[in-house]
Amino acid sequence: MILRPDLLTIAQLIPTDARILDLGCDDGELLAYLIENKQARGSGIELSEEGVLACVRRGLSVRQGNIEEGLADYPDNSMDVVILSQTLPFLNNPSFMINEMLRVGKRAIVSIPNWGYWRCRIEFVLTGRVPQFPDFEQKWDGGKRWQLFTLSDFEDLTQWIEVEIDDRVYLEGNQKIDRWARWRARTAVYALTKPS
Amino acid sequence: MIVPIQTFTFAENDPLVLESGLTLSPVNLAYETWGELNADKNNAILICHALTGSAHAAGYHSEDDKTPGWWDDCIGPGKAFDTDKFFVICSNVIGGCYGSSGPTEINPETGKAYGLNFPVITIGDMVRAQVKLIDHLGIDKLVCVAGGSMGGMQVLEWAAHHAERIHAAIPIATTSQHSPMEIAFGEVGRQAIYADPAWNKGDYHESGTGPDAGLAVARMVGHITYLSEESMHQKFGRRLHNLEKYGYEFETEFEVESYLRYNGSKFTQRFDANSYLYITKAMDYFDLTQPSGTLAASFAQSTGLRYLVVSFTSDWLYPSYHSKELVRALTAVGADVTYLDIESQWGHDAFLLEVETMTGLLQSFLGRLEKEILAGTK
Repeated sequence: MILRPDLLTIAQLIPTDARILDLGCDDGELLAYLIENKQARGSGIELSEEGVLACVRRGLSVRQGNIEEGLADYPDNSMDVVILSQTLPFLNNPSFMINEMLRVGKRAIVSIPNWGYWRCRIEFVLTGRVPQFPDFEQKWDGGKRWQLFTLSDFEDLTQWIEVEIDDRVYLEGNQKIDRWARWRARTAVYALTKPS
Repeated sequence: MIVPIQTFTFAENDPLVLESGLTLSPVNLAYETWGELNADKNNAILICHALTGSAHAAGYHSEDDKTPGWWDDCIGPGKAFDTDKFFVICSNVIGGCYGSSGPTEINPETGKAYGLNFPVITIGDMVRAQVKLIDHLGIDKLVCVAGGSMGGMQVLEWAAHHAERIHAAIPIATTSQHSPMEIAFGEVGRQAIYADPAWNKGDYHESGTGPDAGLAVARMVGHITYLSEESMHQKFGRRLHNLEKYGYEFETEFEVESYLRYNGSKFTQRFDANSYLYITKAMDYFDLTQPSGTLAASFAQSTGLRYLVVSFTSDWLYPSYHSKELVRALTAVGADVTYLDIESQWGHDAFLLEVETMTGLLQSFLGRLEKEILAGTK
């Protein structure tokens, strides 16, 4: 099974035997990978009917639901890891979601696109239009609310809501990036924890 | 696929004690089976039927039989409940009128039909009778119990109170507690039956004519709740039935009236009015939040099961939020639950009509159960 680079990075941050909740798990690609390769006990929440059907076809346990309604049914600390991949820009209240993830899970793993990527910056300056993100399948069609932010914005947010960044990986394609990451990374994966 | 009706009789000497405290003896259960029970007896699935259903869930009774069982779309070789792999069982509920003990049966004490002397039964009683059947068939643990509507209530009863006898539960288009609105619709149906003079306080079985008019009205009310406003627009619109213009008289004029009258009258030929009273009453009593007070507490001992919960977006009899409440309670106790609210315009009836989505979903879920439970068995 070949995973999307950001999903593979997420998988590398997850210990074996963990209880996992994947928010917006789509067709269950990551969950299936974690169950098979990391002996995870995993379940997911997915909004679309096609997504849920695809997950059930893979033999996964998935609830249809809207994660913005919260995770209220999940007891505190009932998961080892709660995952949210490439969904944060579409949420009305990202900080609420991160806090919910860290209430239910001991660790939250979030992957986000970086609108501070150099091509986005240049596109904005040259065309005067908000850049369409190269790695991002969903484009703004005037309908869905869509919040653009950069790695710096996100890291500021974690400070305001007093969440610790435990681990971070910057990616361009499947290349890990260390230097000039805020300019060069197209995607970043963060592991977050509550401050001890 | 020709299937015979079989009957299992028990409690001849040791009466079945019902939730009401009353007893029933003997108890007959009419049932049908499809597929083969394997040597380890661990490939069995129990299907539970809805209010007016029977044990005849699939196949035909004879060569001349024109209509197959009520869930034939989903039960058979290669279908959702694949009878090449699973041994599928369906039994008529007690209180019913398709061969199991109910008000139309002869009361051994009087030699006459029970009528209203039949004890009032509950969903819990129906399920305890099914447990006896599973014992009788030598099955220790069912792969799953599945059913829609009242069948789904039985599924939830199995999960909450007989969890050690099943691996998985598939409640479809159902509720864990009959709501006031659902009780109200049940009561309208019962009042229609009581108001028919031929009902005669339930004592009509010897007379040869029953309260057909009342039972037909009860069925019409039921039918309305099984459809949706949208599906009624599509099916009937405001079309007239065999008329070019309004007749300005009190005859059947609209297509929808004709449909209801036809189905009401057809129903009286296949169902018993007293059975209708008993079964609707059993549904009204159904409340899994009792006696513990919360749904989560009722499922606290049942977290080892796998659940597949299904609802339909246009079902207003058992709206999706009933299923969502159930899913929330199951999540809170840490159960393994899969949930889908299937987009459909067909109202409550969707559980029998959305065959394609249901087949995909059930096949995937059962495929997983097969891998987890049946791997390495004979």
